[in-house]
Amino acid sequence: MPVVMESIWPQLEHLLAKVTKPARYIGLEDGVTDLDHDPRRVAWLLLYPDTYEIGLPNQGLQILREILNERPDAVAERAYTPWTDLAALLRAEGLPLFSVETHRPARAFDVLAFNLSAELVYTNVLECLDLGGIPLRSADRGPDDPYICAGGHCTYNPEPIADFLDFVVLGDGEEVVGEITEVLAEAKADRSTAPDARQGVLRRLAQITGVYVPSLYEAVYEGEALVAVRPLVPEAPALVEKRTLADLADWPYPKRQLVPLTEVVHDRLNVEVFRGCTRGCRFCQAGMITRPVRERPAEQVRTMVAEGLRRTGYDEVALTSLSTADYSGIADVVDGIVTGTDAGDLVSVSLPSLRVDAFTVDIAAKIQRARRTGLTFAPEAGTWRMRQVINKLISEQDLYSAVDSAYSQGWRRMKLYFLTGLPTETDEDTLGIAELARNVVEIGRRHHRSASITVSVGGYVPKPFTPFQWFGQNTPDELRRKIGLLRDELRRDRGVQLKWHDPRATFVEGLMSRGDRRLAPVVEQVWRRGGVFQEWSEHFAEQLWVEALADHGLSPDWYVHRHRTEDEVLPWDHLSAGLHKDFLWQDWLDALAEHGLPDCRWTPCYDCGACTGYGIEHVVASAVAPAGGSQGTGQDLGRGGEVPVSLIPKALSATGAGQA
Amino acid sequence: MRLRLRFAKVGKVRFTSHRDVARIVERTLRRADLPVAFTEGFSPRPKLHFGLALPTAYESLGEFIEVDLRPDDAADVDLDTLPARLSDLLPPGMVVTDAGAVDRSGPSLQQAVVACSWWVAVVGQDEAALVASLDDLLARPEVMVTRERKGKQVTDDIRPSIERVAVVPGAPAWPLPAVVAADLGEDAVVPPAGAVVVEMVLAAQPRAVRPAEVLAVVDPALEERRVVRQSQWMVLDGARHELGSAAATRAVLAEVRAS
Repeated sequence: MPVVMESIWPQLEHLLAKVTKPARYIGLEDGVTDLDHDPRRVAWLLLYPDTYEIGLPNQGLQILREILNERPDAVAERAYTPWTDLAALLRAEGLPLFSVETHRPARAFDVLAFNLSAELVYTNVLECLDLGGIPLRSADRGPDDPYICAGGHCTYNPEPIADFLDFVVLGDGEEVVGEITEVLAEAKADRSTAPDARQGVLRRLAQITGVYVPSLYEAVYEGEALVAVRPLVPEAPALVEKRTLADLADWPYPKRQLVPLTEVVHDRLNVEVFRGCTRGCRFCQAGMITRPVRERPAEQVRTMVAEGLRRTGYDEVALTSLSTADYSGIADVVDGIVTGTDAGDLVSVSLPSLRVDAFTVDIAAKIQRARRTGLTFAPEAGTWRMRQVINKLISEQDLYSAVDSAYSQGWRRMKLYFLTGLPTETDEDTLGIAELARNVVEIGRRHHRSASITVSVGGYVPKPFTPFQWFGQNTPDELRRKIGLLRDELRRDRGVQLKWHDPRATFVEGLMSRGDRRLAPVVEQVWRRGGVFQEWSEHFAEQLWVEALADHGLSPDWYVHRHRTEDEVLPWDHLSAGLHKDFLWQDWLDALAEHGLPDCRWTPCYDCGACTGYGIEHVVASAVAPAGGSQGTGQDLGRGGEVPVSLIPKALSATGAGQA
Repeated sequence: MRLRLRFAKVGKVRFTSHRDVARIVERTLRRADLPVAFTEGFSPRPKLHFGLALPTAYESLGEFIEVDLRPDDAADVDLDTLPARLSDLLPPGMVVTDAGAVDRSGPSLQQAVVACSWWVAVVGQDEAALVASLDDLLARPEVMVTRERKGKQVTDDIRPSIERVAVVPGAPAWPLPAVVAADLGEDAVVPPAGAVVVEMVLAAQPRAVRPAEVLAVVDPALEERRVVRQSQWMVLDGARHELGSAAATRAVLAEVRAS
């Protein structure tokens, strides 16, 4: 098929007057520099398989976009999944998926790289390929087709969509995209049309650390059980290791964060302060697979904040990481912003992923000068016992003093995040969520007559490379029952608004999270029957998934709800996030024994494998642990589960006697 | 001091919404480091005043925004270089063509405007047919249209609002000031091939009637391919003046400086 390299803008333009939010298809973001489409350069199309509003802020994609465009042998553009109205018009007019910068067709690129941050977007990957005019399956692609790859957290188990991907990247992408570009540039210079040329390129890619080429491995089954995923060729390593940057200071990206013309989520400057997390929350895949901790030097953070604000015109900056209050350089950075040297007046700073304690609230109060709207805390579980199981070692006192501090410093809206369906969870644990919520409202009413909170409950999905990877996920019925318990319990509490994630969507996430290659036809059938944008509640179609599983003779119980045994071969055993499997198994046993494990940055090493395996260590901006929090900072971990004395006699007047 | 900026919005950027434009302008003013006045209170906001909303996907050579500047620092702003300074920071297709001071006690932008003139590139009928159709339209005593407003069907007569509607004969060059064309570069606006250009003047009070409403009552098969707002009109001392004309704003500026 001849590839039209030119922009499709002239044909696209009049269609955009007919679709919702057309500004998401025009590009023109500030931060895009001139693109050189010299045919010798490897042209990357970086795709986020969701809408522009969700995908544009993704920092991973923005970092790689800059790194690739700085190279002399590459050029990179972006694309997002067109909403259903535009997709229908594109199909009707015979127009392809396009890049937003220059509106070139997807097939004009040498490689399409998908960011996979969530399981429910898998059908959108197929939607993008199909709109791009690209064969869905790796096996059906020929010498003229682009290479299709993926990165992001979901690629730690890419098996359910392995058949659609030519290669997969595990871990940090900053260095490896360059190595991939070199292989593809060489292949491009060769212009070989030999039938096995593509196979040769894939074999060369498989030799790059961090690159997994699914077609070079075969999955072996005995009955229902998977017994091995083994390499078919010598170039394919038996164990594919993830990539890890040693020092974030070498990679101060994005240097030119894109400023969109239309509203997107997280519409603000984002500066990543560290990667990795050592808290060891057992449910949290991000914390496990991104170890070790690598902090950015405080000075560099300050420069990135100051320059970023000046260049973009944003009045808000987020310091991003998995737990920003744990950043050991937080005092330096906050001082720089508070004294106004790094940012103008009226700039607000947000700390996503707040730690639950009063110290954190004080930091937030210091820097959130403009617009004090809402604060979110994630205690994750309702009882101290349950929090020991999941290793989220925050005491009730931590939460209550955080909340008290927040209300006294002017916040009025509070949101609490919880998980349900956790290992060993009893109804007492579930109802503990209601108890915590009520106590928080009680504290709030001391400050504001109308204090109220939102409690958000998500169904737990066990993830690969966590200690809970062996746990059988709760059924949708069981999750619904638990949410029902909470609803009944909180029915009379006007101060608590309860929200929950759809248990049926949780089921599909679970299916993809730990599934194997036999699920590829299921994903394809759901997409063929119109199941796109499954992460959008108005499009989610449980029935399509249930039917597809049945049509292919696959059991939801076996894939989702069954506990795994220690000796079972897991579909991701041939991939490595650096964590020893026996460390994870021991941590699973510790969880069942209700035994918590403090933060390893400030305590002796548990030998999880992440540091030693890669010959690197935690990189911290300061040698002293930041203040606050009961976990890992030498405070008494045995404490917890107790209610503050002031709350026991419920004699608080409605006017709030304890107003600070 | 209240600053009035006239700007163009043409090319790809026309697909942004009125709210998007507000956000873009706010960020641009911060980047330009203008001494913008802020509201008091817990959530200070810049004091900006927007004009009549331009429907998404319509273009314009005559958009307006007013910005209050801090009185102590306003004199430092060089109004001659300001348009180019702001245009450099705005996305391609958004071009500030004029900047001047206005009297704060005057009517708001939305109240001041009585009518807008438009150029519309239309497909669906050839030039001769369209001339006849528009004559028919103007001969009607009333033109009832029904639209949805806040979930209810509302019917009103838009005939009084149609001040002028006429085919611009031949295939006229699409009007684009040089400074705007230069900003767009390759993407400079051209009327789509085969389209007939229609000029309209539509009242903005009691409500702003859109070119699409007029085309729809002429013939549902008509499709607007490119719509450009040329000017917005206000009434001063009984005569119509183009809003934001350079002469008018500079006269007011001289007054402000003298006081």
